[in-house]
Amino acid sequence: MKIFVCVKYVPDTAAYVSIVDGNGFDDSVKHVVNPYDEFAIEEAIQIKERTDGEIIVVTLGKAHATAAIRFALAMGADRGIHIKVDEILVDTMTTVEALKIAIEQAGAADLVLMGKQSVDSEGMQTPYYLGEALGLHVATDVIDLVLEKDQAIVQSDLGNNEIAEIELDLPCVIGATKGLNEPRSPKLPNIIKAKKKPIEEIALEDLVPSKPVNRTSLISFEYAPERSQAILFEGDTAVVVEQLVEVFKEKALI
Amino acid sequence: MSRIGVVIEIRDNEIKDSNFGIITAACGDDTHDVCALIFDNSAEDHKETLEKYGVKTIIEITSDQVALNMLPDLKAIALVDAMNEFDFKTLIGLSSPTGRDLLTRTAARLNVPSVLDCIGVDFTDHTVMKSHFSGKTIAKFKLASEYFICGIRPNTHEAIERPLKAEAQIVSYSPIVHDKKGIRVRKIVKSSSKSVDLSEASTIISGGRAIKSAENFKILNECASVLGAAVGASRAAVDSGYAPHSMQVGQTGKTVSPKLYIACGISGAIQHFAGMKTSKFIVAINKDKDAQVFEKCDYGVIGDLFEVVPALTEALKTMKNEA
Ligand SMILES: Cc1cc2nc3c(=O)[nH]c(=O)nc-3n(C[C@H](O)[C@H](O)[C@H](O)COP(=O)(O)OP(=O)(O)OC[C@H]3O[C@@H](n4cnc5c(N)ncnc54)[C@H](O)[C@@H]3O)c2cc1C
Ligand SMILES: Nc1ncnc2c1ncn2[C@@H]1O[C@H](COP(=O)(O)O)[C@@H](O)[C@H]1O
Repeated sequence: MKIFVCVKYVPDTAAYVSIVDGNGFDDSVKHVVNPYDEFAIEEAIQIKERTDGEIIVVTLGKAHATAAIRFALAMGADRGIHIKVDEILVDTMTTVEALKIAIEQAGAADLVLMGKQSVDSEGMQTPYYLGEALGLHVATDVIDLVLEKDQAIVQSDLGNNEIAEIELDLPCVIGATKGLNEPRSPKLPNIIKAKKKPIEEIALEDLVPSKPVNRTSLISFEYAPERSQAILFEGDTAVVVEQLVEVFKEKALI
Repeated sequence: MSRIGVVIEIRDNEIKDSNFGIITAACGDDTHDVCALIFDNSAEDHKETLEKYGVKTIIEITSDQVALNMLPDLKAIALVDAMNEFDFKTLIGLSSPTGRDLLTRTAARLNVPSVLDCIGVDFTDHTVMKSHFSGKTIAKFKLASEYFICGIRPNTHEAIERPLKAEAQIVSYSPIVHDKKGIRVRKIVKSSSKSVDLSEASTIISGGRAIKSAENFKILNECASVLGAAVGASRAAVDSGYAPHSMQVGQTGKTVSPKLYIACGISGAIQHFAGMKTSKFIVAINKDKDAQVFEKCDYGVIGDLFEVVPALTEALKTMKNEA
């Protein structure tokens, strides 16, 4: 099986984000592999362990994003493709166009695994657009994946205590989420081995000479409004609860 | 008057409560022709409810051969057909798992951009506001396209009734769809029957590590049933096995935006806040007066949750009985 895994390098969610010039941010903070993408990498490795094949990691990002590919290689992927960009934020339509061309150039995919969401841009859309671009069916929010001869059977978490069982033709695109597996941490010997695994670099402009016309563009960034210190109630439980209920009534919350 | 299509989600034969705020968002300053889109259901059953919120047209999309709700791709194709047939290029819906799926498949099919989880939309400028970096920043985006497709985060727009002078008009639409069988929902299994849906609940009460056991969640369940609330959990509570992952709120769990969020025995980690920060009112109950959570919520109770929560439940019950 030829399995592609799309991996994004994102600022650690614990990192402080400082906005630059109202429409950019300082990306010198600590970055990590997008947490949902770790589930995708782990799933690819488990499939390979069962059936054999090749795992190709595809990342679109700045030069430092090569670290995300190395991490995936250390987990057990075979090789990487790094689509290099200069800008920090690339819209979904452009990203998809680049991922599509990179995947098609590397050979026909038997399976494309991705995260259901990137934790920086919170788009939740790339798997759908990529599936459409590649002409493959898509299922996302996947917590269980079974591969049969011509089909994938997945359990997709619909959120409200509902799980959908979906069957889709292979090859297909899968958006992974927590629950699918327990991603392994790379072991030292594998980290060393990963340094020798090949990473092909391509500039975005070489893959996608002109950006799609229909796309989203960022206009501005602002800090989410922060709450200040809470109004605190302390003391006798009965009194405190009464005060709280008054607040609920006053604000029409109950 | 521009026409705006609003995807209606129906659950157990009723329109989801969180859908009405989306209709209100579409109504805007009353200059829009708001057109409700209902799949696989009878529009007549919901006409009265939809009229109350200002819906002028209801399009009932069905197929004789197949259940569109079980065929995600065909449902999107049917919606694209309906957009052509009834001539609208603006489409909004709930950013719920079902809404996200349909809206994005539709936009991808049309090869136009779309944005999910918006907390603000501007139909004139084609701009949206949405959270970025796990809720730390808000980004404003422009969608460069004649289409404007977005999913709106539940509870971010207050539902306002605006009854119409005229009756809503119902149109039926049965696009010709061929089941190519490439993707199909076999079944939808409910893991628990009666609980309130977490991601769209308007009130949520959550427990953290301090809850100490799965058993103790009943304290929160009791309070929740009086409040009509859903029950959530922190990751520490989930990882300790006190609650299933489906209850986790936060960066690696659900994103919620209720009117009222009550955090019980939760310290206020940034990753927890990533999932509930846009709640309208946040109340924390914590026995540590220096807990970080008190620095970023609206009201705090310094006290033991095992005393405060049951007392709150009793007080709410008494209040209800008196009313
Ligand atoms: C990549 C990543 C992703 C993460 N994703 C999430 C996520 O999605 N959701 C999430 O919640 N966390 C997430 N976390 C974990 C997060 O950082 C915190 O560790 C977690 O939220 C802590 O849970 P807690 O507040 O329940 O526990 P604690 O931090 O242990 O806090 C317990 C609190 O209870 C109080 N307390 C104790 N006893 C009582 C009592 N009897 N009455 C009242 N108060 C009491 C204490 O004072 C304390 O403040 C993530 C972390 C990482 C690194
Ligand atoms: N720049 C990127 N490079 C590689 N994969 C990406 C990139 N952006 C998004 N993806 C993939 O698409 C998934 C969903 O991302 P998003 O639509 O941004 O929430 C991620 O979990 C990744 O698997």
